[in-house]
Amino acid sequence: MTTVIASAGLAVNERIEIRRNRITGKSAETPSGKRVCIVTGTHGDELEGQYVCAELARILSENLQQLNGIVDIYPAINPLGIDSITRGIPLFDLDMNRIFPGTAEGTMAECLAADIISDISGADICIDIHSSNIYLKEIPQIRINEISADELVPYAKMLNCDFIWIHSAATVLESTLAYSLNVTGTKTLVVEMGVGMRITKEYCRQLTAGIFNLLKNLGMWTGDVEKVREPIVSGEGTVEFVNSDADGIFVPCVEHWVDIEKGEHIGDVINPITGETVERVTAPCRGKIFTLREFPIVYGGSLIARILGGEGNE
Amino acid sequence: MNKQVVYSIQSPYRQPMDVIGFKFGKGEKALCVVGAMRGNEVQQMYVCSQLVSRLKELERDGCICEGKEIMIIPCVNYYSMNIGKRFWTMDNTDINRMFPGYELGETTQRIADGLFKELQGYTYGVQLASFYQQGDFLPHVKLMKTGFTSNELMKDFGLPYAFVRTPRPYDTTTLNYNWQVWGTNAFSLYTNATDNPDENSAKTAVDAIIRFMVKRGILKTRVGSGYLTEVISEDRLYQIQSASAGICRSFVKTGDEVKCGDLLCELTDPLEGCVIAKIFSPVNGIVFFRFNRPLEYEKSVLYKIIRL
Ligand SMILES: [Zn+2]
Repeated sequence: MTTVIASAGLAVNERIEIRRNRITGKSAETPSGKRVCIVTGTHGDELEGQYVCAELARILSENLQQLNGIVDIYPAINPLGIDSITRGIPLFDLDMNRIFPGTAEGTMAECLAADIISDISGADICIDIHSSNIYLKEIPQIRINEISADELVPYAKMLNCDFIWIHSAATVLESTLAYSLNVTGTKTLVVEMGVGMRITKEYCRQLTAGIFNLLKNLGMWTGDVEKVREPIVSGEGTVEFVNSDADGIFVPCVEHWVDIEKGEHIGDVINPITGETVERVTAPCRGKIFTLREFPIVYGGSLIARILGGEGNE
Repeated sequence: MNKQVVYSIQSPYRQPMDVIGFKFGKGEKALCVVGAMRGNEVQQMYVCSQLVSRLKELERDGCICEGKEIMIIPCVNYYSMNIGKRFWTMDNTDINRMFPGYELGETTQRIADGLFKELQGYTYGVQLASFYQQGDFLPHVKLMKTGFTSNELMKDFGLPYAFVRTPRPYDTTTLNYNWQVWGTNAFSLYTNATDNPDENSAKTAVDAIIRFMVKRGILKTRVGSGYLTEVISEDRLYQIQSASAGICRSFVKTGDEVKCGDLLCELTDPLEGCVIAKIFSPVNGIVFFRFNRPLEYEKSVLYKIIRL
């Protein structure tokens, strides 16, 4: 059942509506009393989660007798952003993932944020699906703040992703949806996968299978599940960033998520006018490329790739 | 005056973006002013340009104190300004959310890093800042409370109001916050304009910075004494939000004194024209902020009133 869980009046004859599709299981077993939330669409240019939500809703509603508990799906918590290909919230120039937990006394965006938090709070698990941005393509991965790693890693491993990245804490990240929920006791996992403005079907199916596996492990799903892959778990020190130093167009010569040796050729930055190669980009360590630049234009500093490698990873 | 490039970045399709700094006087790094970091901060750049012009005259007349150096950077992000964008041209990031910057990081982190290296070591730092929220407000100076810079220093600008802000998580990557962490007494100065230059409030800002430099022993010149500044904690601002969306007709402007029960504005239905709400002041005070867009949505912050 679709319900509007937060709303506010726009100037002319319209309200912004944050919608939730609640799917309640009809399993014959003893009720699990459990609830899982799937949230996406915080950033209006990230669309991979749209297909995951749609697939989940379709499969669950066709198999209600195999579901024990509640799955709440929030496909668009920044609906105006998605509708207008705007990463932030249109009108406010604000990154929606910097205003949580929000407040009922605040501006429209803060009030909506507070309503979203209160609706999700108390769920057994929340999954917040992101899809990078238009510049970078990401292998399906879970990102976890080191302060909640012990609690979250076991659940992250159920999600059929390739990689779990435990990153260090930063004050600025304290305004994210995931942080705000985790500190108030609702376990929340952040998924990053694919690239902005696109749907990568294979990644969406991979994550959808992972979500069913999680439901199964929580005792909420009695149907069959695929065997999930074993992710690589990695801390901050084992991730190397590759940024371009020159400006021009970046042309890769490697595939995403391949093994790479130290010094191996990743691609070139080319001057589009003269055709000369202005920078030969090579791997600073051996490992696997889990982030690869998708958008070709680069300035000095543009991120080209992230490599999972360094010490402790064979 | 010494005009120099403080930071430069290349684009494959444009002339390099050379961030220009103007230095006056010689000696210890006394004060630095940073103008537009966002592409719509035309007023912030304009204030700096007026300051450069004044300082040229003051330097020629020997008014800069012995052993003091002043630097003015009117515009950091003119790549965005030249194409009518607010944030960074390619990835829409905000340079003022990238401090202290990172030399090996993304483009705007590198810009922040390159700039910040030049900004360190000054005793005083002033950023001409703009608000996320659109509206008119009274010129004021603001300090991010980090425990480093003293509230009392803000009085030397001689503006009517000075605010102390308790930093929120997203404030920790701003210039003001990081400047203080690295040992500069940092202030943000707000005039009542951003996208369109306002001559009067630009003059107020230039005078305030000149006054500050005179009081801190950086300049010797005659300047009006300004106001007796009232230092206010941000929570003394009473915020009035609209209960419904519509077109707002305001009957008060910034600086007006209002009494509890005074009519502030009417909201009219955008299609039918009828008055759908009247908003009255719940407190006695001075109108500090007023929403200035014709259309407002539910929960828009319409006014902020300094409670008396
Ligand atoms: Zn995102």
